[in-house]
Amino acid sequence: MFRIKKRSRILFVCLLLITPWIIQSFPGIAHYLDVLVFAGIYSLITIGLSMLMGYAGQISLGHAAFFGIGAYISGILTVQYHWNAWFCMAVGVVATIIIAVLIGTPALKLKGHYLAMATLAFGIVIFIVFSEEGNVTGGPDGMGGIPGLSLFGFSFDTELKYYYLVWSIVVAVFLFSVNLIHSRLGRALRAIHTSETGAYAMGVNVSFYKIQIFIYSAVLASIAGSLYAHFINFISPGTFDLSFSIKLLLMIIIGGMHSIWGAILGAVLISFLSFEWLEMFKEFEILVYGMILLLVTIFLPDGMISLPQKVTRFVSVSKKYFVG
Amino acid sequence: MDNTVLISQLIQYLITGMTVGSIYAMIAVGFNIIYNVTEIINLAQGEFVVLGGLIMVFLQVTLAIPTILAFFLTLLIVFLIGVLFDRLAIRPIRQPSVMTLIIATIAASMILKGTAMFIWGKDPYDLPAFSGRNPISFLGAVILPQALWIMGFLVVIVLVLTLFFERNIIGKAMKACADNPEAAKLVGINVNHMVLFSFALSAAIGAVAGIGVTPLALMEYDRGAMLAVKGFAAVILGGLGSFPGAILGGLILGLIESMGAGFISSGYKDAFALIVLLILLFIKPSGLLGNATVAKLKKF
Repeated sequence: MFRIKKRSRILFVCLLLITPWIIQSFPGIAHYLDVLVFAGIYSLITIGLSMLMGYAGQISLGHAAFFGIGAYISGILTVQYHWNAWFCMAVGVVATIIIAVLIGTPALKLKGHYLAMATLAFGIVIFIVFSEEGNVTGGPDGMGGIPGLSLFGFSFDTELKYYYLVWSIVVAVFLFSVNLIHSRLGRALRAIHTSETGAYAMGVNVSFYKIQIFIYSAVLASIAGSLYAHFINFISPGTFDLSFSIKLLLMIIIGGMHSIWGAILGAVLISFLSFEWLEMFKEFEILVYGMILLLVTIFLPDGMISLPQKVTRFVSVSKKYFVG
Repeated sequence: MDNTVLISQLIQYLITGMTVGSIYAMIAVGFNIIYNVTEIINLAQGEFVVLGGLIMVFLQVTLAIPTILAFFLTLLIVFLIGVLFDRLAIRPIRQPSVMTLIIATIAASMILKGTAMFIWGKDPYDLPAFSGRNPISFLGAVILPQALWIMGFLVVIVLVLTLFFERNIIGKAMKACADNPEAAKLVGINVNHMVLFSFALSAAIGAVAGIGVTPLALMEYDRGAMLAVKGFAAVILGGLGSFPGAILGGLILGLIESMGAGFISSGYKDAFALIVLLILLFIKPSGLLGNATVAKLKKF
């Protein structure tokens, strides 16, 4: 069930490589590349979040905060102190680890609703800090002038270059996460998801593994935040509010939170929905999102990724009925 | 001189805190009613408050219906929205785990919020105060008549609910469901109806809070999430599931918030409640009036 076939990985990478070529041969959809960069950035967060929620069964409604922490640390340190962007990203990761340990250690002792509310409150507090500490963060108006990324003199200054940068990171994180799932950690997490007491009785150090996966997902969100800041060159607190945490939730639920493929699928789908297909709804997209979320929760609890399986099962069952 | 200013300031913050706290207490009571019957934390609780305020504005200001009639009509409409909420969002869930239920209430809150935006737009709306806006002086501080109305609403809600749960057969049946749904089913109580009723009832209580607060602080479509989180903070402060705890928690939270905003920083006003929530969750998640064993015996 959790095994991801080699062939689909190769297909996935090939698809990623040729997508820009396809997109650019149709001028009408050339801006889809932009959307795909965001989709890649969101995928980084949702991969971590789906491991936290889908595999370990721990809900988080505050991951927008880690996304924001990465973005703001990158933004502040490059704009005000002119530090090297990659180094800033690393600083962001270290800061995120510290914050994730401080928040995660007590929070992950909580269960269900309590955990949801604790992470929610944490997310809102961080959002308020971004808005209120105007001297450092630029306040509600945000901060601009964040430089782009470059590596050994090679500058990621076009959307195409940034697309390849972001998606190579996604592929790397994807492979690492798949290995993680098949490691001792992954097995421990699945045991925790099934029964925390049971896992504990079998000698699984429950809190240790839970905090590990929480940190992992927070770090991915932080890296995504740094990549976001350097791509869009401007950040404001509004990007990192509660509704973004909920959008992340939406991505992994729609895609299917019990699978890393689902996490990526969800991120891509929601990016296209919010940047392209729901444009006409403007702010009313929240109504559409709410309905999608409710319908998926009721009718497709394993997300879109389970759709092919469901269809084949349906077809084989109906064959039995009608053909004999 | 300085001392008297300080004292009148203190009294002012006290009054503001009690007013806001009463609102939080009402939201917290709504949380608890649903939690006790269903063990669901309804993250859309704040949306009922928003809808209460906005529907009241529509009936009273736009349609010019007399205040009292508009008040009860609003309660009725939001009560029915609560019924729909249970029927359309909660009951269809086929695998009701904590996570799916949380997600379902989030989805429903998004739908309600989107609908409110669709109908009323993004502007904040004002409602005429029930008995004017002339402030009453009190020991150097001022009280708006509306603040007294809000506290009065809370008192009435407490009285009505106490009577309801102690005397009324439906109230007693709900208490039975909270104690032990299986046993309640065995003695012939329709648990599904009680669940439905709990959503409708707490929706209506949320609406009262919304109607009360709108003349003081205006109302707009996106206030729900923050109100829900603060209401939940009040719930945790008092102890999840405890009826007196919700009232106490709401009032304490209101006081913390107004004192914090007055003496420390008004920009971080919203953060105080949340930090209190976090600290409580981390140190004593059972709340002030709860303990581990009591938490299992849910009581109104």
